[in-house]
Amino acid sequence: MHDTSTHAAAHHGPPTSFIRKHVFSLDHKVIGKQYYGLGLVAVIIGMVLSWVMRIHLAWTAYPIPGLHLLSGTGAPGNVMTPEFYLQVMTMHATFMVFFVLTVVPFAAFGNFFLPIHTGAEDMPFPHFNMMSFWTTFVAFCVMLLSFFVGDGPTLGGWTQYAPLSAVGAVAGPGQGSGVIIWATSIAIFCVGQLFGALNFIPNVLDLRCKGMSMWRLPMPTWAWFITSCMGLTSFSVLMPACILLILDHVAGTSFFVASNLVINDQLQPHSGGSTLLWQHLFWFFGHPEVYIAIVPGMGIVSHVLITNMRKPMLSHRVLVYSMGALAVLSYMVYGHHMFVSGMNPFSSLVFSFPTLLITIPSTVIVLVWIGSLYGAKLRINAASLFALGFISMFITGGVSGFFLAQPSIQILLHATYFVVAHFHFTMAIAALFGIFSGTYFWFPKMWGRMMNDNLGKLHFWLTFIGVYAIFMPMHYLGLAGNVRRYQAFVVDYMQPLVGVHQFITIAALFTGAVQLIFIYNFIHSRFWGEPAPENPWQGTSLEWSVPSPPPHDNFGGKHPVVYHDPYQYGVQSSTGDYLMQDSPEQVKGAQDEP
Amino acid sequence: MSEAHVTMGAHTAAPMEAPPFAIPSKKLAMWLFVMADVMTFAACVAAYAFTRNATPDWPRPFHSVTAVAVMTVIMLTSGLTMLIALGAAKAGDKAGAFRWMMITAVAGIIFTLLHIRDWMGMIDQGVGLLHNPWGTAAFGASFYAITGFSLLHISIGTIALIIVAIRYQGGRYNADDIEIVSIFWQFVGLVWLFIVPVVYLMNQTPAAR
Repeated sequence: MHDTSTHAAAHHGPPTSFIRKHVFSLDHKVIGKQYYGLGLVAVIIGMVLSWVMRIHLAWTAYPIPGLHLLSGTGAPGNVMTPEFYLQVMTMHATFMVFFVLTVVPFAAFGNFFLPIHTGAEDMPFPHFNMMSFWTTFVAFCVMLLSFFVGDGPTLGGWTQYAPLSAVGAVAGPGQGSGVIIWATSIAIFCVGQLFGALNFIPNVLDLRCKGMSMWRLPMPTWAWFITSCMGLTSFSVLMPACILLILDHVAGTSFFVASNLVINDQLQPHSGGSTLLWQHLFWFFGHPEVYIAIVPGMGIVSHVLITNMRKPMLSHRVLVYSMGALAVLSYMVYGHHMFVSGMNPFSSLVFSFPTLLITIPSTVIVLVWIGSLYGAKLRINAASLFALGFISMFITGGVSGFFLAQPSIQILLHATYFVVAHFHFTMAIAALFGIFSGTYFWFPKMWGRMMNDNLGKLHFWLTFIGVYAIFMPMHYLGLAGNVRRYQAFVVDYMQPLVGVHQFITIAALFTGAVQLIFIYNFIHSRFWGEPAPENPWQGTSLEWSVPSPPPHDNFGGKHPVVYHDPYQYGVQSSTGDYLMQDSPEQVKGAQDEP
Repeated sequence: MSEAHVTMGAHTAAPMEAPPFAIPSKKLAMWLFVMADVMTFAACVAAYAFTRNATPDWPRPFHSVTAVAVMTVIMLTSGLTMLIALGAAKAGDKAGAFRWMMITAVAGIIFTLLHIRDWMGMIDQGVGLLHNPWGTAAFGASFYAITGFSLLHISIGTIALIIVAIRYQGGRYNADDIEIVSIFWQFVGLVWLFIVPVVYLMNQTPAAR
């Protein structure tokens, strides 16, 4: 066992060198912060790209200063070409979906808090965990590179539909090297997420401290556990799909290109493949991915709301079962992205049924939240406001989901701004509100200082109004027949809608500017904020039983023992109206799962 | 042999809740990896089945099952020798475990060589990624993609077997590590049992069936 001792020592002693401490750190807390930082950089890139798109959509001929820096040929006179618009759109979606919505709620918060919630010193495989972040970082750099290689990034959209994604440069700028870089980056990203899931699941199953039964795990940890099960089995399908796509480019195979295809008047040399195959493989990953983005948010929001309501939810088990049902059903509904793809119409019926079915657990989750909020004396702070905002966004986005789930309506609304509004409300804005809620709630624990709550509330209200102003009118645009992914609206019937687009653009610029409040608050609080006490919100789960920020091994050499459910609020204990999970005290009225 | 080593050597976070399935983290991680890999193979095989169904002139060029049958027998035998190695390791028979591990690894090497020979034969007949003498190009591409991915697994598995065997002999690894590598080895064997019918048997020329 000679290597065990060295290995254990290397892990147990806090690192001393700068590189080991802050760069190639094995500490799950540092890795969580690294993921958070990566997400912050990616969200800023994604947001700036969305501004550029929005300005172009509203004032098509208006030159955007500095745009030529992003592309050699895509922005003559700082005005976008149609192709460059699509490239920007693709990169906006790719950075947001993969490097923000997957990375922050799941990998960043999950890495920091999951081991603390389970009462473990670290992840079971710290080296894999470190590799998980650095693999993701490499994927991020590769994706960023595509702006500067060849004729720019791919313009195929984050879904990369074949055959245009598989035939190479003939399909447009960026469809040659851009697609190869995109697919390479995503394949690397999949490996990083696999490493992450291989840490999260064994941590929850194996490394729980004494007394921590599965039902005593706090809500976010349940959500991360369910999410990692989804990540394990869906990214492993996207990876081979990306590899096959790369083969179509570099080896000349035709997995995703049918015979006798003519593109730009050129007969393609490919034969024998199927364009629908890509959609099947992609959406088999793509739909679980939507839930990978949103389920951690559900866990975080539950956690934040319970702590601020000072009482448990109506039922924790129902919440957990519903999140599990979402995970299982998410694999069965993917065909609803393909209603107009040309697959057998009977398949549309088959996929429509589970799609309507999946609204049941979603609705149950929302009803549990609202039912629990009824009559609660909610503490109003930035975290709880963003949690309420999450519920609002999720309901708004969910209701349009009922419409889109039905093939007969979906055929009309497909690829319109109605769909853009739907998925932004659910997986994008709701998930972002979950991230904000988690940030305001956990900032004191992660960085040891309090954030300014008044600025946080201001940030919430302006953002809340802003995102509704951006995305609500898009429902109207979609019903009016405004097709998405157009770079300009020159057709007669779309001309009168340009005014709505201008309103949306102003709202988007406003909402983006509002985020400066958050950035200021974040940076200022990080360095000059009031030092945070151990338990600023009077929470009960294990992260509040350790110093802020927690020491290297989380519990300072102690081994926590858990005696209670994660959410013992509204009781009379020696500490007040709550009972910590690791407090041996027994009080009347406490409801403990065995 | 400390408890910490069983759970990946990372932790001595002492009073843990007993793992619900009595399975150490390292072994659990291997099972989870196998689950992810199952999805990856499933995606490849589903892609192949989809393409095959969508192509009217799908070729059925194989005349003989002899080579594949021999490879299958070797693969199955190696699964058995792996089990014997594991049994010996659990019984504390270090020499026996090492010997049977090495026999398994040799079977893996023979399988790999036969597999390469099979590929060489295909290449000699003019089967490439982009064209083949019999029909749609998708045949060659999917053949090499699926069998190549499997071969990659088998070669990595063989190397892992040798490394684990040597480290076990040297006292760094224990019976649990052998069990972990055996999970992977049985998994690649199982994958081969899926590949034989869908890639080889279904593409036999009708007369030869």
